[in-house]
Amino acid sequence: MSDTRKVLIDPLVDNNPVTLQVLGICSALAVTTSLLPSLLMCLALTSVAALSGAAISSIRNRIPNNIRIIVHMTIIASLVIVTDQLLRAYAYETSKQLSVFVGLIITNCIVLGRAEAFAMKNSVGMSFLDGLGNGLGYSAILIAVAATRELFGAGTLLGFQILPLTSDGGWYEANGMMLLPPSAFFIIGGLIWAIRTWKKAQVEKPDYQIHEVHRTEIY
Amino acid sequence: MEAYFSLFIRAAFVENLALAFFLGMCTFLAVSKRVETAVGLGLAVVTVQAITVPVNYLIYAYLLKDGALAWAGFPDVDLSFLGLVSYIGVIAALVQILEMTLDRYFPALYNALGIFLPLITVNCAILGGTLFMVERQYNFGESVVYGIGSGAGWAIALIALAGIREKLKYSDVPEGLQGLGITFIIVGLMSLGFMGFSGI
Repeated sequence: MSDTRKVLIDPLVDNNPVTLQVLGICSALAVTTSLLPSLLMCLALTSVAALSGAAISSIRNRIPNNIRIIVHMTIIASLVIVTDQLLRAYAYETSKQLSVFVGLIITNCIVLGRAEAFAMKNSVGMSFLDGLGNGLGYSAILIAVAATRELFGAGTLLGFQILPLTSDGGWYEANGMMLLPPSAFFIIGGLIWAIRTWKKAQVEKPDYQIHEVHRTEIY
Repeated sequence: MEAYFSLFIRAAFVENLALAFFLGMCTFLAVSKRVETAVGLGLAVVTVQAITVPVNYLIYAYLLKDGALAWAGFPDVDLSFLGLVSYIGVIAALVQILEMTLDRYFPALYNALGIFLPLITVNCAILGGTLFMVERQYNFGESVVYGIGSGAGWAIALIALAGIREKLKYSDVPEGLQGLGITFIIVGLMSLGFMGFSGI
């Protein structure tokens, strides 16, 4: 696989920022009660990650090492402000639903982590792709979680009725827990389990090995 | 007084930053392996939160809000779009100052907190607290209480999770769930438990 493709494709499953690197979980959980705000959130995060990667990479040789975090923060914060203002201008209702979480992209570890780990060492184009790839990896998880929660919690997808609810004379009893915070944890936990069963290499080693003890050994 | 108390309880338990709003999750999951370090980080978060929320309130109310610059002769200026950049600047600066003060006057505490202090800058619970304060239009007194309460709630959740994970090391978890997977499920269950507070 060529380098460019690897940078773009790798974060989708093999090196997913959410399920493997445990970055950017906060917003991944909070905005996923329905699909539409999640899609907007993915768009916002992916564009910020890609653009900040490119911006930081383009001035990487001029950033003094000991104040680099502050420089990163300022660049990311400015990009987030632009995104926030754009969302307010063109999608006001949904941006209200996202409340503080667009602002929290600043402290989203995916953006800062990629800036620190990748953009400081690589060319502008590659950093842009890396940001894009990680944004997409984040989006994949976010969309999966949001679709599950909206479908089983309210019987809808993007506001369209998929499973007719019993309250409207259909057959599906809405699972109220899906709309509450805990379900997001369960779904991501299950997702991690699924991915790690598929990709064995990602399984974490236990701190203690548990041995089977046979009765005869005890007595 | 009663209003402040109920705000504290609400910020710490009902609207727990970690378990109801998922803020500061990265640190929450990464630093909850041992109770000792969890207590250190928890203390640091409470301190920083109790200082940054009120300070950011002052910045918002006297510099950024629509018409806030009236005292300087600019009644029509609305700088609220600069909010995000100023809050994160304030947080970064305060954490730096706190670090230097602790290093100078309380070296024991400074050593105990270690690496966690600088990490707090990028903890979304801190920025989240400030943003909620702005969104809900708290006044100065309320923002002090909210800062302390939300920090304390985050710390309690962190220490509780660390306690559970210490025990968990000795249990036999299915292969794919080991580490991160099972932690998520535990946090989910804790979050369910904390929802029980919503009645008070």
